[in-house]
Amino acid sequence: MSAQVVTENVDLLEKFPQSVKQDDRAGYAGYIVSADHLLEVVRFIRDDMGFDYLASITGVDYLPNGLMEAVYHFYKTSGGPGLVIKTQVDREQAAIPSLVSLYPGADFQEREAWDLLGIRFDGHPDLRRILMWEGFAGHPLRKDWHEPYYEEEGKPYKSRWPEGKVYRREDKNPFHKNVDYPAGFDPDKWVPDDDSTLYASVNKISSAGGESGIKTDYVIVNMGPQHPSTHGVFRMVVALEGETIRALKPVMGYLHRNHEKIGERNTFLQNMPFTDRLDYLSSMSNNFGYALAVEKLMGIKPPERAEYLRVIMAEFTRISNHLFAIGSLLNDMGAYFTPMLYAIEERELILDIFEATAGSRIMCNYFRFGGVARDLPEGVEEKMRDLAFKRLPRKIDELDLYLTNNEIVKARGEGVGVLTPEQAIAYSASGPVLRASGVPYDIRRADPYSIYDRFDFDVAVRYHGDVYDRYLIRVDEMRQSVRIIQQALNGLPKGPIQEGKPQYLVRVPAGEAYGRVEAPKGELGFYVVSNGKANPWRYHVRAPSFVNITALETMAKGNKVADTVAILGSIDIVLGELDR
Amino acid sequence: MNEGLNKPEYEIPPEMKHSVAITTIDRIYNWSRRSSIWPMMFGLACCAIEMICTAASRFDLARFGMEVMRPSPRQSDLMLVSGTVTKKMIPQIVRLYNQMPEPKYVVAMGACASGGGPFKEGYNVVSGVDNYIPVDVYIPGCPPTPQALLNGLITLQKKIDTQSIRDVRWYKKGTSETIPVPVLGPDIMDPREYDLLRQYTFQKLNPENINQPSVAEQEKGS
Amino acid sequence: MDGIGIIKGLGVTLRRFIATYVDDIKWLGRRYYKEEGIQHRSSADTDGIFTVQYPEEKIPVPEEFRFIPFLVYEEKDDGSVFYRCTSCGICAKVCPTQCIWIVRTTDPRTGRPVPEPAEFYIDVDICMNCGFCAEYCPFDAIKMDHDYELAVYDRHANNIYDKKKLGKPVSYYASIRPTNYKREEELRAEAEALKAAKKTPAN
Ligand code: SF4
Repeated sequence: MSAQVVTENVDLLEKFPQSVKQDDRAGYAGYIVSADHLLEVVRFIRDDMGFDYLASITGVDYLPNGLMEAVYHFYKTSGGPGLVIKTQVDREQAAIPSLVSLYPGADFQEREAWDLLGIRFDGHPDLRRILMWEGFAGHPLRKDWHEPYYEEEGKPYKSRWPEGKVYRREDKNPFHKNVDYPAGFDPDKWVPDDDSTLYASVNKISSAGGESGIKTDYVIVNMGPQHPSTHGVFRMVVALEGETIRALKPVMGYLHRNHEKIGERNTFLQNMPFTDRLDYLSSMSNNFGYALAVEKLMGIKPPERAEYLRVIMAEFTRISNHLFAIGSLLNDMGAYFTPMLYAIEERELILDIFEATAGSRIMCNYFRFGGVARDLPEGVEEKMRDLAFKRLPRKIDELDLYLTNNEIVKARGEGVGVLTPEQAIAYSASGPVLRASGVPYDIRRADPYSIYDRFDFDVAVRYHGDVYDRYLIRVDEMRQSVRIIQQALNGLPKGPIQEGKPQYLVRVPAGEAYGRVEAPKGELGFYVVSNGKANPWRYHVRAPSFVNITALETMAKGNKVADTVAILGSIDIVLGELDR
Repeated sequence: MNEGLNKPEYEIPPEMKHSVAITTIDRIYNWSRRSSIWPMMFGLACCAIEMICTAASRFDLARFGMEVMRPSPRQSDLMLVSGTVTKKMIPQIVRLYNQMPEPKYVVAMGACASGGGPFKEGYNVVSGVDNYIPVDVYIPGCPPTPQALLNGLITLQKKIDTQSIRDVRWYKKGTSETIPVPVLGPDIMDPREYDLLRQYTFQKLNPENINQPSVAEQEKGS
Repeated sequence: MDGIGIIKGLGVTLRRFIATYVDDIKWLGRRYYKEEGIQHRSSADTDGIFTVQYPEEKIPVPEEFRFIPFLVYEEKDDGSVFYRCTSCGICAKVCPTQCIWIVRTTDPRTGRPVPEPAEFYIDVDICMNCGFCAEYCPFDAIKMDHDYELAVYDRHANNIYDKKKLGKPVSYYASIRPTNYKREEELRAEAEALKAAKKTPAN
């Protein structure tokens, strides 16, 4: 089922006969490592087997077996298939050694697993809740945790048909709101979290006199959650010495919409429109990743024409996303709104194509398992051709002329927010952030999916790892995307667009699958576990924005406070995906 | 749009002798307000992207005098709640609302802000921003397209047109009420509901009380 | 030299500024408030000002555009209406947000279900406009509407749409989605013909 079965690495079993065993559940792949030896095994995986990139960490609550499982996906930045390992512990006292010391990129992902699933990671330097707030009751992704509006284990709900007496759910709650409180809770005795641990964590390096020898206290500045530069509801706690950033902690969860919890209640198909709302600037790519993961489980492939349409749509999405990213980066640098207007104009024309084909500008919901929702309506192909062959190349050049050599952009961008290649890999950065640091890792090349192996394109790389390079790489990538679209349009075959008959209740065999695509923001992975029922047992999104933000502190340290805005802009985060 | 005000048979309260002048002032007053609504620069989720597109080249909010998006609540007239309101965010939203000077308006853009939207069942999602702050216009859609948003803003302008300087709340005596900021507890807590909350958790603690009228029923009765 | 990059960039904006007027002259009088003008501004050749001035001008929505669903009904000659919906419940089952509520009609005498909804509700405050209901309805009874001008002052009274508010005639459907309508009618005619052909030999 899972394509990442690594066969040449059987030596893992030989090397650690005591602590490693094959995961032999039907539909599963990889190895199960005992928790006590996890660090040792992972060090071997990293140093001797060369899996230098930790793509994803998540947990699965196997409630019927009383087990909590942590799932790790490793890859090599030199390309090729990955390696999956798992660790199982008792779900009541779930504690697993933290991998932060080996892979700093594990930081936020482990905090997320702690927050949502209650897996304690021993040795984690700062294990606080990340998406919910300190003090929230319970770990919501545990299977026995139910929200106030809980109705049934899985959709469709029985109350909707045939006796669908309509009501609003708040009317059945004593507070007329989406709330519930533990028994015996007294609000008067409650002390809300005042963020003191958070502030302490940025302030722990006490300033012992800088170069000047004068002792100063750090000043702590909160940027966000409502701040014009944060691209939504994101908050940064910055410790400043003078104007220099000494420490920075991102605080998130202000848009945590419980995507995964809802996703585990939805049927497989019902999740498709929800993925649109992850990274709402590039919904087609999200559809792509999810469709791949479920198709892997189902063992089907879309017909040729659908593959081409998928690639075309995904690449158009990349262009529109990068346009928006460049526009808002320039906004953040102070070129208030004019570049944005230019970028949005092209984006609007791309959205017109999406609207004509998929029906909505930004919430496309276009992919189906084994195909796409509908064929191109009349006239859309010409529109695409006009854009891909005539307008976009010209307009990207214009954008280049307009911004690239602008002295202010250079001054604000060059040498700011540097991330070295080693750091980028260690922090599991992906997408443009990783490639701007000189690591030519693009999943379309390194581990091709769909039909990307048929197209001729270059993996854009830049080597300075600063804000300016992260801008440049997006321009480069747009050019490459145009190339791919041109080839795909020229090769677009005729034929069906859907494998078999469209079905609203798909049969998904039990097993696990990790489907990943090179989304405009980086590696977007969907980890789906099915137990053969209509709803996924586990549905996890490895969101590129979320993982990329782990490196924010490293990029920002030592820079001036005004640069944080530009650095954050250059990572290109989207809150819908960051907080899910 | 405020034709009603101009009709000769319009009932003139005795203390308002110069009704014609009042009506005209109303018109001018409303016209100037509706033509320069400054929204707060404040995006929450997917709908915010459509809001940005509305402000950008193709739809151009400037035609309505609304292009001046202010990052500070102190300088804005309109809070465009564009996206999912989460429990973690609602304290900040209420605080921002309290900080906005009168006259202030709230537009709930999209299904999420109106009534919870697709993520309504989520544990961290507020079922509609109007659970906490008053909303003037609701725009359905997920997301409302820029044109739908513009239509909503025109609807808001129509509402402004019907207001009269005599009875708007911001010229009434007394300071305008601030909304108590919700507190993040084990779940989001509204300070106005602490009594109900205590009752509820107490009842939950003693399941033998279950035969007594539940809180919900008491609520209904009252 | 410093500043060249900025000047070049300003050149881009200046060219754009001039292009607006050039385009205006080229399209003398046809660029604004005219169908073809709007079309031109949304095409790949557009240059100069890009704004479409809603509400005086509206960007035409494409046929596949989806907003809130509506129920299709057929009008009989005597003025009565007949909803295509058979209350099979597929839309309610496939709906990701579970915002559709259907009460099935039962025959008061036999107690058996009648293929017709007694009530049909959509909570538009939850609906995510995904279009699954329309896509998977086997009777072409529910379709996605094009009307997006739905802003209201009070959601509690207005935003749960009932059968009456959701209902729209077939003619409306045919007008907003002509290609789809045509294709479906053809399929329907084919199926009817097939049925008829099957029936005849049996007689
Ligand atoms: S209404 Fe829809 S588009 Fe708007 S924020 Fe909610 S999910 Fe996103």
